[in-house]
Amino acid sequence: MRQSSSGFSSSNVKFQVMWNRLISVVEEQAQALVRTAFSTSVREAGDLSAGTYDQHGNMLAQAVTGTPGHVNAMADAVAHFIRRIGPENFAEGDIYITNDPWEGTGHLHDITIVTPSYHKGSFVGFFACTAHIVDIGGRGFGADANSIYEEGLYIPIMKFADRGVVNKTLVNIIRGNVREPDQLVGDIHALATCNEIGHRRLVEMMIEFKLNDLSGIADYILSNSRRATLERINALTPGQAFGEMRSDGYSHPVDLKVCLSIEKDRILCDFEGTSELDKKGINCPLVYTKAYACYALKCAVAPEIPNNAASLAPFQVIAPENSIVNALHPAPVALRHVIGHMVPDAVYSALDQLLPNMVPAEGAGCLCNFQVSLRPRTDAPAASSTRRAEVLTFNSGGSGARPTLDGMNATAFPSGVMTMPVEATEQVGPVIIWRKELRPDSGGSGKYRGGLGQYMEVGAQEGHEFDIQAMFDRVNYPANGRQGGDMGAATTIALDDGTPMKGKGKQFVPHGRKVMMAFPGGAGYGPVGARQTEEIIRDLAHGYISEEAAREVYGLKAKTIAEVLLRAKNGERF
Amino acid sequence: MQHKSVRLGVDIGGTFTDVVLECGTAQYSTKVLTTYTAPENAIISGMQQVCSLSGIDPKEISQIIHGTTLATNALIERSGAKTALITTNGFRDVIEMRTESRFEQYDLNLKLPDPLLPRNFRYTVVERMQADGKVLIPLQRADIEALADKIIAAGFESIAVGLLHSYTNDSHERLIAKVLDEKMPNVMVSLSSQVSPQMREYERFNTTIANAYIKPLMKSYLIRLQACLADEGANCPIFLMHSGGGIISLANAAEFPVRLVESGPAGGAVFAADIAARHGLDKVLSFDMGGTTAKICLIKNQTPKTARVFEVARTYRFKKGSGMPISIPVIDMVEIGAGGGSLAHVDSMHQIRVGPESAGSEPGPACYSRGGARPAVTDADLVLGKLDPTNFAGGTIPLDAAASTIALQTHLGDVLKMDAQTAAFGLTEVVDENMANAARVHSVENGEDLSEYTMIAFGGAAPLHAGRLCEKLGIARALVPAGAGVGSAIGFLRAPFSFEANRSQFMRLSDFHGVTIKNLLEGLRAEATTFVRSCDAESEIESEYKVYMRYSGQGWEIPITLTPAQAANPVVENFLTLFETNYTALFGRVVKGMDVEMTVWSVNVTTPKTSVARLKDVATTAPITEHNTRILFDPALGRTTQAAEVLRAQMHPGNRISGPAVITEDETTIIVPASRMASILIDGCIDLAVKGEIS
Repeated sequence: MRQSSSGFSSSNVKFQVMWNRLISVVEEQAQALVRTAFSTSVREAGDLSAGTYDQHGNMLAQAVTGTPGHVNAMADAVAHFIRRIGPENFAEGDIYITNDPWEGTGHLHDITIVTPSYHKGSFVGFFACTAHIVDIGGRGFGADANSIYEEGLYIPIMKFADRGVVNKTLVNIIRGNVREPDQLVGDIHALATCNEIGHRRLVEMMIEFKLNDLSGIADYILSNSRRATLERINALTPGQAFGEMRSDGYSHPVDLKVCLSIEKDRILCDFEGTSELDKKGINCPLVYTKAYACYALKCAVAPEIPNNAASLAPFQVIAPENSIVNALHPAPVALRHVIGHMVPDAVYSALDQLLPNMVPAEGAGCLCNFQVSLRPRTDAPAASSTRRAEVLTFNSGGSGARPTLDGMNATAFPSGVMTMPVEATEQVGPVIIWRKELRPDSGGSGKYRGGLGQYMEVGAQEGHEFDIQAMFDRVNYPANGRQGGDMGAATTIALDDGTPMKGKGKQFVPHGRKVMMAFPGGAGYGPVGARQTEEIIRDLAHGYISEEAAREVYGLKAKTIAEVLLRAKNGERF
Repeated sequence: MQHKSVRLGVDIGGTFTDVVLECGTAQYSTKVLTTYTAPENAIISGMQQVCSLSGIDPKEISQIIHGTTLATNALIERSGAKTALITTNGFRDVIEMRTESRFEQYDLNLKLPDPLLPRNFRYTVVERMQADGKVLIPLQRADIEALADKIIAAGFESIAVGLLHSYTNDSHERLIAKVLDEKMPNVMVSLSSQVSPQMREYERFNTTIANAYIKPLMKSYLIRLQACLADEGANCPIFLMHSGGGIISLANAAEFPVRLVESGPAGGAVFAADIAARHGLDKVLSFDMGGTTAKICLIKNQTPKTARVFEVARTYRFKKGSGMPISIPVIDMVEIGAGGGSLAHVDSMHQIRVGPESAGSEPGPACYSRGGARPAVTDADLVLGKLDPTNFAGGTIPLDAAASTIALQTHLGDVLKMDAQTAAFGLTEVVDENMANAARVHSVENGEDLSEYTMIAFGGAAPLHAGRLCEKLGIARALVPAGAGVGSAIGFLRAPFSFEANRSQFMRLSDFHGVTIKNLLEGLRAEATTFVRSCDAESEIESEYKVYMRYSGQGWEIPITLTPAQAANPVVENFLTLFETNYTALFGRVVKGMDVEMTVWSVNVTTPKTSVARLKDVATTAPITEHNTRILFDPALGRTTQAAEVLRAQMHPGNRISGPAVITEDETTIIVPASRMASILIDGCIDLAVKGEIS
């Protein structure tokens, strides 16, 4: 066997195998969490993440199952745990916990659990996982709080279990402060179980490869990832560009402004000039801003390099303190995703000037989520079969058109979560989803069309009324096109009798009424005049655009329109 | 010889159609090239070959069992019928909106797969059921009639009907079927409440559409096949292997062809289960590796693991979420893009990546000398000494080791600064690790520890990789059965007649209705029994009852098996105890104080499995002397070794050979790593075991 000068040899093959193994270990860790979790946000929608770390807190691997918002945030979290707990206090059987928005993943509704891993009696590294739970007490999940103190129970970094013994005082405090105590404690157990499963697989791997510690494989992963990421960054032309985007905000419109610099060995995002804090809970801790800025850059620059401490490090993010993207304690942050999910559009506005033909136009951005609190009607006697229930749903608008492709219809970007099936949602409580369907003409026109948003209509079963907690943006500021593409359609929300409603906040829906919602479309890319006629015809045949839009926006001749509609009606494939 | 039991097993695969004739204990098999335009032709010619080999007339065949990839291929290639969907007003786009997520998060140019039916093929009617089955908006007959006129005008051949919550109340779907039958008696209709009566609209609608889409094609093929076989004198009943590992009648298959998807691999799992029974193995990992993919399946107590949902036609590197979900009873296996033809490259992190892109048979791996320049798994196997270049596929395809070396050096070695042999080592380690990881994740998802398992390896490429895979997975023993090359077709002949009926019915333990459960299970049993009786009117039948349970608030159920007594007399305490026992086994602990709920119910009715006698051990053992030696790279040792080479045909029960060794036969080569000892069992199986663990 020839040993080459650069050291590539069977030991490198071994390291590669171990790296793949670690990625599969964290994937198993994440699957265990999905299978045992209680909150719908985790087990139906995948709002979670899982990873493994060396003993210094460097993230070595992260499960691809999960959502980008947790990526960078979790990468940083373990270092906070090391600092707060102190390495001298680590012991086998320990489990650590927090939901600190600034040292975890951005709001109180994310619980992070960190477990130190021991092999043959020695401390070798950590497993960590995060999940979005449905309730943490306070005002409930929504934008209406004025400070973090109203948003629910705050659990500073501490031991959940000390040498295998669970802290019962903490469990009692948690139980006493939340609406669904069994569920939350069940979810904490699920998080602990998932780290435990990761740990068992790691030990098996260490035995198989006769490892006493992770330092060799950590060096290999981190040095390869760093080299590969820097190669990508240094292959770009250095430069600086300014980008911005505007969204609704809560009390005032929000401007995200970013100065993006491609430099040697790093890309820097500076959010100087961004709007100040909002009074209500849509503010974003820097850690979450960083996660989405980094995600946006990584998609464009180094998509296939796995996430770890070294592959994330060259992407750097700074922002003025108490700007809306660097909210400090005690700002309210429950819906930090409303701002965080818009960060990629701001970053891409700058990146488009430095790397043309790479990034998409603006899209719906933040998820179109709402929670309904159903109860027996109060305006008249309700039947005894009526009941109370909390139902949370995640939904998506359209994504922005790409330089060579249309945007994706009703598909989450940048978030990585899924929607819940309507039939499953209607089993959870007496809610009725009357409509969940694509929204024609909502995709911004262009050479490439923006993805379509969707219509949703929500009511309650006979005998119920409800509050809807709206978490929508892009009511006043729809997605902007790129390179001459047009805007996507704006969000609309009203009662079925025409009463207007707000995009954010808790609102009452009387018995017998429905909420009519139209979620935003993605924007177009390139001038509409450059769109291929076959594509316009296809959109018309599929009803992605209306007859009027085909004529007025896309300039299709009346005769062609009539022909196409007839062919579509006659069952022709386009 | 009593000709009453002459049976023919036929598996149509992507490249070959395998035909096996079994007459008593005698077995005759052949492989003929699949004839895509008229698949029945290959079957006829294969049948003629095995009949002439055995001297048996087609008239004497008493039963034909058939499995095929045609249904799968029609979905992958989108070559099905012109199909329309009728769905609930407000839900036209369920199959297009999918889960509203991206299956690959870092690809800005991700393309979601087109739905099977474009938007102008999807129609809606005004109607609505509530989640509990109560009618919220009644369906008007006149609306269906008006819709039927539109559908007639558009010339659809097949219609899928999927209405919201039809799994709890199917009356609207049945009304649509009735009106369509009156208005257009020749059109084929598939109802979601019949094809897949389970909660979750995306999966149910998609499954129903898939069924409708392939129905005209499969129905006409099956009718033609029946006629052709009859022309040849084979007038016997024809049965189809379904994806759940059982057998259904030709008429059922024509009605619910979506159940034939992945029937070939299901046959492979049944084959492995049969070998497991013969050798008294309770925990088996079946490993089937061919030219483009590898399939891994867990077989406990001689029964392959089953699932209720799987994904077909993945469009993006076999990535989970990139295909179409099909919810039917299916043998639960993982399929990954790792086969002899899988191609390797070096990525930006200087890592070797293998598959899922495959060289196929044209151009094939570089060593085939048919124009392939990139290194495939077979090239690496050749350079490492695992294959004999002059005796591949019985000598019909000469292999060019120099071409493999060049391909490995150019595409991997030069980039990574290593020689071709090290590159080949890296390549095989990566593909073996990919398969091992898939097996590990699959076992964890099922709460199993693979170190207690025995592997059964079959398919052309599996015996080359089985030994190394066992080393990686900590599996002490692997069996390579005789006839491994036509394993699926043999498996068809081992399968029982069976049918699994499913229904979603939500109930909490705190709201337990024993009578409802009893009636539900009895209804499912009757439904499944009718299917099985249509295939076999006499045999004894067995019913297996299952309920899927979880804590209220969880999203994943675990399957709980009920005894016939528990099903006939459901008691809440029993259900709770069963759930807690199973939950603890999987996840280590119960969660006290939570309500438990039941979501899906299933009854599997089956004829008894052919009971197989446990094989005797070989009485005496003797080492065999090699007929040659060759240089073989041993990955666990990380170096080349001098390996003994023997012919399988010359080995007899009791013979053993110590690794490193190579056992060759026409269809494949078995690699015995230095850590293993191979011995021949009484039925010709080769047993690869850790040295020192053979008695």
